[in-house]
Amino acid sequence: MIKKKSKLLADQRFIVLLVILGLIIVYMIFSQEFRKYSSVLSMLDFSYYDVLMAVGVTFPLITGGVDLSIGTGMVCYSLLAGTLVRNYNCPVIVAMLLCVIFGMCIGLLNGVLVSVMDLPPFLATLCTCMITRGIGSMMTATPWPTLKQPGGWFHSIFKLTFGSGRSATKLPIGFLWMILIVLLMEFILNHTKFGRYTIAIGSNKEATLLSGISVKKYHIAVYVVSGLFAGLAAIAYSAVVPTVQPGTGAGLELDAIGGVFVGGVSATGGYGSVIGTLLGVMVIVLLKTGLPYIGLQSNWQQIITGFVLIGAVLIDIIKKRRAASSRTS
Amino acid sequence: MGEVILTMQDIDKSFPGVHALDHVHFDVRRGEVHALMGENGAGKSTLMKVLTGIYTKDLGSIIYEGKEVEFHNTREAQDAGIVIVHQELNMVGDLTVAQNIFIGREFMKGFRIDDRRMIEESKKLFDELHIDIDPSTKMSDLTVGKQQMCEIAKAISHECKVIIFDEPSAALTEKEIEDLFVIIRDLREKQLGIVYISHRMDEIKVITDRVTVMRDGTYVGTLITKDCSKEDIINMMVGRVIYEEPKTKSMCPPDAPVVLRVEHLNAGKMVQDVSFELRRGEILGFSGLMGAGRTETARALFGADPKQSGDIYINGSKVEINSPQDAVNAGIGYLSEDRKRYGLVVQKSVIQNSTMACLEEYISGGFINKKKERDVTEKYIAELATKTPSAEQLVVNLSGGNQQKVVIAKWLAKNCDILIFDEPTRGIDVGAKNEIYKLMSSLAAQGKSIIMISSEMTEILRMSDRIVIMCEGKKTGELGIEEATQELIMDKATRNIA
Repeated sequence: MIKKKSKLLADQRFIVLLVILGLIIVYMIFSQEFRKYSSVLSMLDFSYYDVLMAVGVTFPLITGGVDLSIGTGMVCYSLLAGTLVRNYNCPVIVAMLLCVIFGMCIGLLNGVLVSVMDLPPFLATLCTCMITRGIGSMMTATPWPTLKQPGGWFHSIFKLTFGSGRSATKLPIGFLWMILIVLLMEFILNHTKFGRYTIAIGSNKEATLLSGISVKKYHIAVYVVSGLFAGLAAIAYSAVVPTVQPGTGAGLELDAIGGVFVGGVSATGGYGSVIGTLLGVMVIVLLKTGLPYIGLQSNWQQIITGFVLIGAVLIDIIKKRRAASSRTS
Repeated sequence: MGEVILTMQDIDKSFPGVHALDHVHFDVRRGEVHALMGENGAGKSTLMKVLTGIYTKDLGSIIYEGKEVEFHNTREAQDAGIVIVHQELNMVGDLTVAQNIFIGREFMKGFRIDDRRMIEESKKLFDELHIDIDPSTKMSDLTVGKQQMCEIAKAISHECKVIIFDEPSAALTEKEIEDLFVIIRDLREKQLGIVYISHRMDEIKVITDRVTVMRDGTYVGTLITKDCSKEDIINMMVGRVIYEEPKTKSMCPPDAPVVLRVEHLNAGKMVQDVSFELRRGEILGFSGLMGAGRTETARALFGADPKQSGDIYINGSKVEINSPQDAVNAGIGYLSEDRKRYGLVVQKSVIQNSTMACLEEYISGGFINKKKERDVTEKYIAELATKTPSAEQLVVNLSGGNQQKVVIAKWLAKNCDILIFDEPTRGIDVGAKNEIYKLMSSLAAQGKSIIMISSEMTEILRMSDRIVIMCEGKKTGELGIEEATQELIMDKATRNIA
């Protein structure tokens, strides 16, 4: 029993869950506004794209790499697809599909640069980050159809609305999708070849290669998955942002990446969990959207997030040190 | 010994500028352990890489089970039943033992990896080999010895017919080596052909049936192990006679001044109340079994690990050493047993490595004086007889012995008078070993003082002027070379053990 308890406490995900509950309680106590259902709804609305980006980027991070192109990429795909909808009468469903395809293409490019051309992931994805930002800047500001317009149905993927006007009941079913996606990706990480080799590459690439595994193939796939999720994030982003502004998106990836680390992915690769990522991102989202409720400027979010991140990474380092010393003695 | 299962004939392989293999012959029989020996750079590993498809041969043929074969990668060789247990462990630390053993050929249930079955199969495998490891343990939680066992289990699980051990014992303790030999004998019983690459002469005599010796990429000859002596093998390897005579008297005058005095050093469990003195021009051997605390003592002395208490005097005055930087400033240089990790920046040149510890001496006006740097480096290359094509050569391209010389140059350039050699000849072949020994003796003769930690009894008896013996973190004895014998040292080294 004691062993079980200490094991639970040693799991970073459990600590993060406590942090989330703690934040919620603090907000509830100090802010009447936060206790409203509509606040919860809006907070969840703005969490989806962060969650999706973070789930995707978890995979490159586990390999010991990184994907910096997801933030600007997400905005770029949203603008490209949105332009097609507005100017060329592209059906919304096709535009959504295109977001994902664009994302996968940039992911493929990242993967090839990292895996085949041997570029350091930081550099490779910094390049595609700039490229997608540039492409995004060329577009004009693009509102996707809003909920009330024809083609605006895609909003209800994330939020079901019953009734109309002020008495309308809204259900954040987007969060349900997030949980399903997270569980699916957690399964893929732990129980499929793709997931297992993602961990193996992050832990010891050379050994993985010598085990006769096509490291290149899986390494590319890791970035394609990250791109795919940036594409999904583009859909979620389009659904919540009134107008997607060209040239934006830089920095959004850092929220996602930060969330992944808070969720317990090893800073040196080789270990990670998608459930942890979900929890980690929720901490970031709570700090980002919640602090204003208790009267703190949102600038504080950056500062506090920074410290939270230091704490999270320190846990990882201390854990490793303990493991190393218990092995030698 | 059964029939021949594998024959490599007239194997020839050249790299730009190097004739790595020159018409080499090698064969393996079923049910034998065949040692492949030779100095570093003799071509052993290259030959095995040609066999397992990592390199393609230029000429010659490989006949395996009566058919000529050519493998293009390790996977093909594996599938045919030839596997290699690498010297450096190829394990994914964050995966479990079972996941490592079956990596690349996982049991599947549709899309899902069948971990339960992998654990069951691993258990069966371990039972067969009489290994006691839980297959669901994370690999990085195991000791190096246990990891090696897993690596062997992984190799065997390929239903192999030929298994190659590339220096398997390098990282193992005596007990683990014994366990390894039990497994190897077991495999021999099962009629596998076993290739055993090692530098350790004693092991060769114990475990192998035949010995093939290579030198400079050529085949020298094959002997039946039980019909030949250690000297026969060494002579074939180096092409010259090497004497491994123990030292009979101390080279250090008894009235030489004490340069280093350590009093009551305590650092954790592994260093308990250790005191000793080191004289000018003396080689002080540190002997003991694995885990006796010798390296830990050196690291605490050098400031690399924190110490709880203890005083250090250099040339009679007390010094505070709390970090390696303090130690280096006090004139102590530490040559780690793991050169590549702690001694060198292998991807940098000989120059950059040689001057790393004292770069500030070569800076004029904010810039590094390249000429001065090169002059000093070349001086040490000549003085230490380092074999390198140029001072610009990357250290990674040098042999183990020459890498060791670069580390020595680094500390000499820093004017260190006290040098701590931790296993100075680990992983270094016989010929280069001799050179390192000569070098250490001449350094001592020049007035440098040396602490030499060594697990090899012959090395201790050959090099030391005085010997400190440790056991389980405590100093258990001190012997002058005149009185020291193997038996006496062993007795003291096991004193604490009930």
